[in-house]
Amino acid sequence: MIGSLPPRYRVSIDPVRCMECERCIENCSYGVFRRDGDRILVNSRNCTACHRCVACCPRDAIMLEEHPCDYRSHPLWTREAREAIYRQAETGRIILAGMGNALDYPVIFDRLVLDACQVTNPSLDPLREPIELRTHIGKKPARLDLRRNSNGDVELRTRLTPNLRAETPVMIGHMSYGAISLNAQISLARAAKEVGTFMGTGEGGLHAALHPYQDRIVVQVASGRFGVNIDYLERGAAIEIKIGQGAKPGIGGHLPGEKVCGEISRTRMIPEGSDAISPAPHHDIYSIEDLAQLVRGLKEATEWKKPVFVKIAAVHNAAAIAAGIARSPADAVVIDGFRGGTGAAPRVFRDHVGIPIEAAVASVDQKLRDQGIRNEVSVIASGGIRGSADVAKVIALGADAVYIGTAALVAMGCRVCGNCYRGLCPWGIATQRPDLVERLDPDIAAKQVANLIRAWTLELAELLGAAGINSIESLRGNRDRLRGYMLDESLMQVLDVRQVGA
Amino acid sequence: MQGRRANPVIAMCGIIGVMDRRRGAIGGSGIRQALSMMNERGSGEGAGYAAYGIYPEYRDCYALHVFFNDIQEDKLPFDAVLEQWGTVEHDEAIPTYDQPNLRAVHTPWRYFFRPDPSLAPGGAPQDDIVSTLVMRVNAARRGALIVSSGKNLGVFKAAGWPEDVANFYRIEDYEGYTWLAHNRYPTNTPGWWGGAHPFNLLDWSVVHNGEITSYGTNRRYIESFGYTCSMFTDTEVVAYLIDLLVRRHGLDIDIAVRALAPPFWEDIDRMPGAEQEWNTALRLAYAQAMMNGPFAIVAADAGTMVGFTDRSKLRPMVVGECGDRLYISSEEAAIRAMEPNVESIMMPAAGEPVIGRVAR
Ligand code: SF4
Ligand code: SF4
Repeated sequence: MIGSLPPRYRVSIDPVRCMECERCIENCSYGVFRRDGDRILVNSRNCTACHRCVACCPRDAIMLEEHPCDYRSHPLWTREAREAIYRQAETGRIILAGMGNALDYPVIFDRLVLDACQVTNPSLDPLREPIELRTHIGKKPARLDLRRNSNGDVELRTRLTPNLRAETPVMIGHMSYGAISLNAQISLARAAKEVGTFMGTGEGGLHAALHPYQDRIVVQVASGRFGVNIDYLERGAAIEIKIGQGAKPGIGGHLPGEKVCGEISRTRMIPEGSDAISPAPHHDIYSIEDLAQLVRGLKEATEWKKPVFVKIAAVHNAAAIAAGIARSPADAVVIDGFRGGTGAAPRVFRDHVGIPIEAAVASVDQKLRDQGIRNEVSVIASGGIRGSADVAKVIALGADAVYIGTAALVAMGCRVCGNCYRGLCPWGIATQRPDLVERLDPDIAAKQVANLIRAWTLELAELLGAAGINSIESLRGNRDRLRGYMLDESLMQVLDVRQVGA
Repeated sequence: MQGRRANPVIAMCGIIGVMDRRRGAIGGSGIRQALSMMNERGSGEGAGYAAYGIYPEYRDCYALHVFFNDIQEDKLPFDAVLEQWGTVEHDEAIPTYDQPNLRAVHTPWRYFFRPDPSLAPGGAPQDDIVSTLVMRVNAARRGALIVSSGKNLGVFKAAGWPEDVANFYRIEDYEGYTWLAHNRYPTNTPGWWGGAHPFNLLDWSVVHNGEITSYGTNRRYIESFGYTCSMFTDTEVVAYLIDLLVRRHGLDIDIAVRALAPPFWEDIDRMPGAEQEWNTALRLAYAQAMMNGPFAIVAADAGTMVGFTDRSKLRPMVVGECGDRLYISSEEAAIRAMEPNVESIMMPAAGEPVIGRVAR
């Protein structure tokens, strides 16, 4: 017998403070609270620490504690290791998990520090001097044919490939309608439009409610090809082929049939109630040549007017794969690090497969430069970008821009409880239940996401100014402005940064 | 991979350039005097001069100025390298004169060299052979450093005050039609002769006052085109960037300078159609060539002298004219020291280049 495991959280209500307003009961979609006479009863076992109740309680009466009853501590046989075994011993199944990698790997970003100017050159004040954060995503010519004609006017003879122009290097990554609610997607799209950046559809198609924002939307083509037709491709500002995802490199996706409601079935173009299965590989891409063909196919279909991105998970060989992608007509390669979030992934993949984004970007940038093809693609970094400092650091390592995912959800209220796959998100984000979705007001959520991107962009301008740099291009790949703090020698070689004090 | 690199040298400096548009001879004593006017901007740790038109008898040869660490040991292997790559028409020690305040840690030498095109793969142009030779020799650090490699020009530099460096080379004995000079205030690696300006590759020489905050970006960019940064100072990338954009990519010098210090997007957004298009293209294609940080730069080749500053003009630059002569400097006083009767003095706007061309 295994019996019941100790509850993960303990919720308690201070009876002196509680005024029995029942807001916690209404708000908790996991059924933690119920009323019994003049008391609110609590079933802690249902709690996911989503904090909805804590946020709603007018009296601060609710307390939440993690691991109230622990196991005998052991460095190897952690609580997670033991509980995984209990669960699998009972069910014989793969364990599912949400959000990003939850193992305690060192965070490389937190061991890199940025530079600032003192005396020998002036730092710049963003309030007085222009600091440019405008970012172009797409192929750039390696050289230009610029000549003067007989009138002395400069003539450009090189044809430029269309680029996306973002007013900030912070873009919103792909989260599909299905994984998140329509209100959540609308909020992200409005925010993207407001701050002049872009958002991704994910592989769930493009709902008509997003059409007003389509010039700010990157439409995704994933292995399930859900929602893909010519109208979809033509509406997007750019197209992204999703090969892999940082949270689950090498495997596909699965949206259970119960989430495929009428709207989702229409948007994804699949029957209502049927499981939406994205196979692990694209069954028309078994080699880099096949990928190049699909890129070309999508370009042909849209008359070479749209940039095409290719997204891969950061795996050991990411640099060589990126170099292959750069040699196709693709315009950008998105590298999704092993901390990338997800609605649902097998825990063993989420926690153990792939490499950190910092190392992946450093090696991709280096490989592209070694081969003289860095201008052929933009590099978009994603997977665990938590703030403007991470953005600055990953750009200094060589990225052109970043995708944020989890951070944008957190800006809408998400508490990173990691239960997205259950479809009961009390914040109205990772759910399709109409009463829950209604809780997310796109007017408010869009403002919050826009505020977040604006705040990061301001901070980036300050960081650049302090470093004496007035344009984001001059930070890109500028690893001289980074130092490693308590990073080991071999990792510093991969990142090509020196240690602090050197 | 570069392995562990040293910090690029940070410097505040005085710079001056002068050109006679009719190739009239300008003696070295004037520029020596002008440079010493700016001793406030130096610290006696590095100064140098580049002179154009000084080797007319070898005008068709590449004039290689070389610093040897140890003439006994390092010269023979270097001669052997040159022999592999072409023929030496003539070589000699650069005449020097001991100065009490200047420690001669190197022996300067000059070679008049013709590369052998048949040795280059795929019949590369001679310029490519010589630039490859310079990169290899300087990266190898085998006791020989090529400090200039153009035709009919030479760079004379050392660690010391401008007067001492000038007297060491007896700079007044040379007559050129274009001169660049530099007085250095380094905050790092004192006494490294290779770190003194001007920096030169083939025809282009550069003097620079300021600090390039985008150095890491520029270095990674230029190295992906086969250049090797080996001087431990940010200025050398400027010489290589100009070489790449002008010689290899065929851009006019004013457009190349515009790529290095481009207009802000808000200005580009206001430009009319075609102009907006090519300026946008320039920023996209050469984003990583763009130089950031405070700087004033004077660069020259056989027919041109150009001065430009960073986009916000955080370092001073003054331009003076007198007859056929064009002066560009950090300080008006330096120009006046050379030319008391200077006719016009102006201060160009931020990012606006000043270009002088020699009459053909
Ligand atoms: S929300 Fe707070 S005050 Fe209201 S019933 Fe729940 S615990 Fe009591
Ligand atoms: S989106 Fe909702 S369910 Fe998912 S982690 Fe955030 S709060 Fe939890």
